[in-house]
Amino acid sequence: MTATTRPTPTASRAAWARKHLFRTPRDSVITVITAAVLFVIVWRTIRFVFFTGRWEIVRVNLGLYLYGRYPTDDLWRLVVTLVVISATAGLIAGIIAKRTRIAAQAAGTPLPGTSIVGRIVELAFRLWPVVVLVALLLLLSETITPTLVTLATVAAAIAGRLVGALLPKRATFLAFVLPGVLPVVLLPFLTAAQGWDDWGGFMLTIFLAAVSMLACFPLGLVLALARRSTLPAVRVIGVGVIEFFRGVPLVVLVLMSSVALGFFLPQSILPGKVVRVIVAFTIFTAAYVAEIVRGGLQSVPRGQTEAAQALGMSPFRVTGWIVLPQALRNVIPALVGQFISLFKDTTLVFVIGFLDVLSVADAVTKQSQFDLANFAEATAFASLLFWVGSYTLSRESQRLEQRLGVGTR
Amino acid sequence: MTSATTTADQRPPLWRDVRFLRVVLQVAAVAVVVAFGLWLWGNLQDNAETTNIPLGFDYLDQPADLTIPGSDFNQSQPVSDAIIVGLGNTVRVAGAGVVLATILGTLIGIARLSTNWLLSNLARAYVEVFRNIPLLIIVVFSYSAIFLRFPRLEDARTYGGVFLPSVRGTGTVWITTDDRGGAIAVVVLVAVVAAWAAARWRRGVQDRTGSPAHGFWFGIAAFLLAAVAGLAALGFPLGYSTPELDGRRIVGGITMLPEYAALLFALVVYTASHIAEIVRGSIQAVPKGQNEAATALALSSGQRMRLIVLPQAMRIAVPAIGNQYLNLTKNSSLAVAISFFELTKVTQVSIANRAPAVPSYVLLLAIYLTLSLILSSVVNVANRRLALVER
Repeated sequence: MTATTRPTPTASRAAWARKHLFRTPRDSVITVITAAVLFVIVWRTIRFVFFTGRWEIVRVNLGLYLYGRYPTDDLWRLVVTLVVISATAGLIAGIIAKRTRIAAQAAGTPLPGTSIVGRIVELAFRLWPVVVLVALLLLLSETITPTLVTLATVAAAIAGRLVGALLPKRATFLAFVLPGVLPVVLLPFLTAAQGWDDWGGFMLTIFLAAVSMLACFPLGLVLALARRSTLPAVRVIGVGVIEFFRGVPLVVLVLMSSVALGFFLPQSILPGKVVRVIVAFTIFTAAYVAEIVRGGLQSVPRGQTEAAQALGMSPFRVTGWIVLPQALRNVIPALVGQFISLFKDTTLVFVIGFLDVLSVADAVTKQSQFDLANFAEATAFASLLFWVGSYTLSRESQRLEQRLGVGTR
Repeated sequence: MTSATTTADQRPPLWRDVRFLRVVLQVAAVAVVVAFGLWLWGNLQDNAETTNIPLGFDYLDQPADLTIPGSDFNQSQPVSDAIIVGLGNTVRVAGAGVVLATILGTLIGIARLSTNWLLSNLARAYVEVFRNIPLLIIVVFSYSAIFLRFPRLEDARTYGGVFLPSVRGTGTVWITTDDRGGAIAVVVLVAVVAAWAAARWRRGVQDRTGSPAHGFWFGIAAFLLAAVAGLAALGFPLGYSTPELDGRRIVGGITMLPEYAALLFALVVYTASHIAEIVRGSIQAVPKGQNEAATALALSSGQRMRLIVLPQAMRIAVPAIGNQYLNLTKNSSLAVAISFFELTKVTQVSIANRAPAVPSYVLLLAIYLTLSLILSSVVNVANRRLALVER
């Protein structure tokens, strides 16, 4: 972090510039050169975005980018899903906020109250890339419907947040139950119109990333515990699996999932292509998650285990109640980092012909009214989708890291 | 005697005996893994039989029936040769990528910590942009939107006589030697040894006398002296050639295929953003007191960085940067998306040309595992040599 980025109220702008831009002659030269580079970059970017870029390619194919070839008659299913997810997220945020407030009051340090509007504005500033992206999508869309959908989603989130804060304390279990129940209800609802083997666009990307992440966490946990086990045979198996999958490129696993995995399974139970590639993502990411969790396990002082054993706890309870909770808290930021990697790595399904965001960007340049000269516009939009997602996630993870006080306790 | 029998009597029942349970658990774990492996192997043989695709490695001797741009590989050569050419291409792109990404990443990491507000924020913007975009998009973008948009050969022209970009390949200036390449390599090696010896000698002088002995410059001087003397003895066999257009080909210099250049560019740009963050974090992890003590000893800012901060930061950075090297090597397999013929692409194409899928991928995995093991053992050695020797 740079020490100061903003002029203090007492110092004038000139004094600030002297200190941060022209402190020494060498500094001045650096500033001038950097400013020149920056000017060229900014100027070329502006020229591309506002003048030379031909954004019809994105405008015409916006739906393809976002939800692939999902049947037009069933788009309302996506809208319902979006609103439900957003309301649930709001509800959980409300429940957590209430619990935090109660805990703070009990500790004698009540949180300062801010108005609802103030908090919404603060959130919008914090999530500025998302806000910018949504605004951009609305600008690119041609009808009023997307605007209404956005408003409904935001309204659902706010309503969920307010309701969540009103719920009694014994409703806290909802925060754990709902994320589990939601996929079970929503997936059949979405696949009723189109099976996930035919999904595409950003919807497919999110689906692949979310399912792989959910599946790789338990597997990674088991692998990490196996690697730390005192039983030599179990440890060898753990080390072998982890090091094998960390040593090979993910692309090769993805290619294998489409071409070679079928040879290792009976043809009767061979799953569809999306499930197969999810298996590849899951195993690969689980190996990395295992290493992260192992780091967390190592960070828990031995005294914790010994104290638990002295209290007569069984090995399973020592691990489950004492070691794991502390270990996992320490590695949440690293796990989020791994999730971001996975989110970006879902683009690899491009090489096996899925219709994900990158494939859409590639495919639209082959439409008759566009050509390879439009490639920059098509991929720039795809990158923007990913950039907004992973930048926001990484910023939120940093915030979480600060709130959890990792490394300061 | 009596005490022994009491102990034996006090042994817990079998299902609560830790020693027994440990054995049972391990046997069970191994049994599950072996059973799973056997199940997969059985399926594999059943499927191989029904589809009539062989599982052996005989295909390696069959003609590969593929062309590899940028090499003199011909279609009648066997698959094994194609894989070796692919391995060479993987090593070429990964080696160049590692060097360039380290240089760019270190520069950006240091720029990120500059007191100059503009420079540090430009570096930060670079890191935040490229760290958060999927590498595959950068690869595809740099290929289709940059290197494929270079001028056609008919319209190509050289820049400053040293740089010739075209859609068929980018030529740059390169060193030429006569047929005594081996002797030149020996001369260079001797010069490097001389430089190392000179630097070591001056280092000893500095340690004894305490006055600055300029080991770095002595090393450079020794290198130049030895190299010039050796080359003079050979009659200056070194030259350089510049890329030139000869009708529909680029002759002279060295020509990079657009696929190679695009992959290298993307790998460097992406990995540098990760290395920059590691460099920044490691420099910040060096205790502030070190810098302050160096300032108190009147070292200049350059000396502080070079002599005090960077050596200690290196120790922290090496394992993480080694990981990035591993990632870069594995990520070179993204070449499948733009048809640069490294290992993965060669394997993919040979499977399309009727090589059996399972043995091909098993071989590919084995090669990547070997590469990873070699790289990580090199990193481990470096790490051990740099590690702080504690009491």
